Amino acid sequence: MAAGLLILALLGGWELLVRAGGVDPLLLPAPTQVVSALWNDRSLLAPDLAVTVWEVAVGLAAAIALGVALALAMHLWTPVRTALHPLVVGSQAIPMPVLAPVLILALGFGLGPKVLMVALVCFFPVTVNVYDGLLRDVDADARKLLGALDATRWQTLRHLEAPAALPAAFTGMKVAAAVAVIGAVFGEWAGSDRGLGHALLTANAQLETARAFAATLLLFLLAIALYGGFAMLERRFVNWKPSR
Amino acid sequence: MRTEVEAPPEGPRDVSGDEVVLAGVQKAFGAVVALDRVDLRVARHELIAVVGPSGCGKSTLLELVCGLQRPDAGTVEAPAAALMPQRDALLPWLSALDNAALAARISSVPKAAARAAAHARFAAFGLEGFEKSRPDALSGGMRQRVAFLRTLLSGRDVLCLDEPFGALDALTRAQAQGWLASALAREPRTVLLVTHDVEEAVLLADRIALLSPRPGHLIATLDVDLARPRHRTDAAVVELRERALSALGAD
Repeated sequence: MAAGLLILALLGGWELLVRAGGVDPLLLPAPTQVVSALWNDRSLLAPDLAVTVWEVAVGLAAAIALGVALALAMHLWTPVRTALHPLVVGSQAIPMPVLAPVLILALGFGLGPKVLMVALVCFFPVTVNVYDGLLRDVDADARKLLGALDATRWQTLRHLEAPAALPAAFTGMKVAAAVAVIGAVFGEWAGSDRGLGHALLTANAQLETARAFAATLLLFLLAIALYGGFAMLERRFVNWKPSR
Repeated sequence: MRTEVEAPPEGPRDVSGDEVVLAGVQKAFGAVVALDRVDLRVARHELIAVVGPSGCGKSTLLELVCGLQRPDAGTVEAPAAALMPQRDALLPWLSALDNAALAARISSVPKAAARAAAHARFAAFGLEGFEKSRPDALSGGMRQRVAFLRTLLSGRDVLCLDEPFGALDALTRAQAQGWLASALAREPRTVLLVTHDVEEAVLLADRIALLSPRPGHLIATLDVDLARPRHRTDAAVVELRERALSALGAD
């Protein structure tokens, strides 16, 4: 409700500003111009949207699998934790726009480098949140209870640690979902003839600013939809209240 | 006192006997001595209450019996034991039934059999109709009953109960003590019941071990040779409670 009102107010102000001739429509098209570009260029943008959605979906799935696997490995084996922790953190310092062309050179113009870019952007929040959750979100008394029963490492993980870490895992996946499109766009900018990132570049080059904004709007909506999807899954699977 | 045991040399934990035997047990955490030369023998299917002031090492004693800690000196011999931690430690994502079945499942009872065993006892524990309820939907007294049922179904012959009713109000606590007594009458176990409530000890226990303030050592053990059910107003109960309190130096 409040968010809707804020967005309406911002869009209204933006529209009025452009209509009053305050800014060049080549720099900033009015919201109505963006929407009409979205409609008029729908046959142009729809295939690009499909490509980007696919890259993001595969990349996000790979990121979640990789993120959870890394967190589990780091949780279960101290040598793995010691070896991987600095690498995992350090990976976030790599500038994606620099890495993207290298991946394109190595892997070609296809789906591969884009998926890898999305996965690189997204695995980190998943790994960090799952790893922290497995340690931090487990009740100390419940650990003692299982310890007294001589629970195996696997039983402790299966019955206690993994369910306790699930809320944190969803936090990580929601963050990953929100930033996933960034990876896809960088990947497309570095070398692609399709996708919303590619659509953005060509629209800019042709001074079709309204179409560039329309492509950005689609990226915006895609991020929100992905985030909302994971929030829905979270409500479905984390349907308990933390004990205290 | 029936607890005169020579401290044997330090040795590994023995799980073959069916008595719990602590001999010359010493345990410190850093500079803080939690337990100091504690000798205690608990017979099979005896209920011993361990009473003492806060911080006297009562919980440490249970963790030693459960094998969660090792003594610095002395020996702890005990059959495999199950722990009921101070807070109920129910898992918020499991139903009451699955929480009650958890310890049995950890002890490798198949899921269906563990659930059936829990379900068979739900009525006797006043939990019927709450099988599918999550812990956050249960009252404090019901949560403790689920937690005790979980401990009882662990398949372990020794139950270590750490202040199981400490967080309950007086009325709920009196009811919970009734549940515990009748459950153990049906299914006897060796029970170490840690409590700071002397009256609770007199009402429930066969024997009471009195621990001193830190560093905790055994002041005395009192036999409770009173018929059950016991009532807090019985003259013998009142008399024994006063004896225990004066031994603890509380009046």
